[in-house]
Amino acid sequence: MIKKIFSASWILIVLLFMYLPIIILAVYSFTKSTTIGAIREFSLNNYKTLFTTEELLTMILGTFLLAIVVSVIAVLLGTMGAIGSFYSSKFSKGFVRTSNQIPVVNADVVTGFSICVLLIVVLGVDKSTYIPLIVGQVVLCAPFVYLSIVPKLKQMDNHLYEAALDLGATPTQALFKIIIPQIIPGIISGFMLSITLSLDDYFITTYTKPATFDTISTYVVNATKGAQTSIKTALWALSTVIFVLVFIVVIVSNINASRKAGEKK
Amino acid sequence: MFRFSRKHLCIPYAVFLILFVIAPLLVVIYYAFTNGQGEFTLNNFANFFTDSNTIGTLLYSMFIALITTAICLFIAYPVAYILARSNFKKKSVLLILFIVPMWINFTLRITAVKEILTFLEGNLAYYPFLNTIIGMTYDFLPFMILPLYTTLEKIDNKLIEASYDLGANPATTFVKVTLPLSLPGIISGVTMVFLPVMTNYVVLDMLYNSTYIMGSLIGSYFNAYDWNNGSIISIILLAIIFVVTIITNRLGNGSEESRGAVL
Repeated sequence: MIKKIFSASWILIVLLFMYLPIIILAVYSFTKSTTIGAIREFSLNNYKTLFTTEELLTMILGTFLLAIVVSVIAVLLGTMGAIGSFYSSKFSKGFVRTSNQIPVVNADVVTGFSICVLLIVVLGVDKSTYIPLIVGQVVLCAPFVYLSIVPKLKQMDNHLYEAALDLGATPTQALFKIIIPQIIPGIISGFMLSITLSLDDYFITTYTKPATFDTISTYVVNATKGAQTSIKTALWALSTVIFVLVFIVVIVSNINASRKAGEKK
Repeated sequence: MFRFSRKHLCIPYAVFLILFVIAPLLVVIYYAFTNGQGEFTLNNFANFFTDSNTIGTLLYSMFIALITTAICLFIAYPVAYILARSNFKKKSVLLILFIVPMWINFTLRITAVKEILTFLEGNLAYYPFLNTIIGMTYDFLPFMILPLYTTLEKIDNKLIEASYDLGANPATTFVKVTLPLSLPGIISGVTMVFLPVMTNYVVLDMLYNSTYIMGSLIGSYFNAYDWNNGSIISIILLAIIFVVTIITNRLGNGSEESRGAVL
């Protein structure tokens, strides 16, 4: 009994620690107050600022657009890399696996800095072309796509591919009709992972981004240093919107997953 | 004649890795061992290891990383253990609650912590160290819970029952059976917290802790266009990461894919 009470309260306390700050900020985002603790009347001002300030909207849209572009490239490269190296010689397989692991274990600061030094300092690529930024974020994301696909390839029955070839399919047909459909869950989770990694990234972005471009991360860090209160509290509204969106996505995907599990039974 | 086969698919990715993962590291190594005029030198390293400021920064970041990792482990282990061992039907929902914060932008989450701490403390400048530890723990806790949960969940209940049947009490069973079996989870959790904390200077920045950690050094050299010294810090961080990876691969054999599987 005591054990049960301890367990339940530990879980509850940790959950409170993780959620209370976000929830309190969400409550205050609906008021006129500019600091936590001050009691002011209800207001939707922050949301109005968030959805009408052009600077904020461009920044948010830019962040999501970048995440999508980066993730599409990362999924293409990572998927091809995973399939290709899985069926390659031991040497190429080992090479791809090991170099794939470098950005995963490396600190993002170092990854960002090294890409900046190579592309911008040594090769003189112009930051405002977005090339360094996109390359940098793909370096961050593609390895995780690779890692989420390899287990699916391991689970796959190799005879199916052979059978397809024996029945007259070309390697390209066999690839699209046999391999891709079987690893699609890995591709999707790799894509989702890329999106979240790109949205969350601060370090690679700061070292490679064009001077006039900001993502949510770099914008928030600068805004907290700035003195513009209306922007500061509009970011509380942004935090609330993102929190609610993430929750909805998680709940929906969970209901879907449990429905699928139910169908299987 | 060239015939397409599925193994050729890896060429674009292999080329990409060579160009944008391997080559940048080689360039950084080159910059670390040369001076502004491009001449070979070891002075950059000598400066780092003889300057009390930079050594202090290294120690300070290791200290912060150590404390944060220990606190995360202390909070996360019971959570993961309780979730993994409970018969509660909806435990997957509970687990998701612990992981959801990973998907919310970390700068926005730190903003929330910052506002709460400002309210509680009046002025953030009074407790910079404490605030940093709280912020880092807040940021990285989910990354500790998930790998611990995954390994604890896999432990065969029969082993624990066997331990009881053989006369061991709960404490002995935990120390001799559960804890050793959960070691891979502990290791991957520790690597996912310790290394990023050493470099995540944004958390310190946002919480007004003006002391430097290793990441802030790279940031300041970057702002000063000092590529040589920035490269030195990168190399030192790479060396630390390399050593930690080797140690953890030894201990946890084969848990290298965990960060990918975890997210």
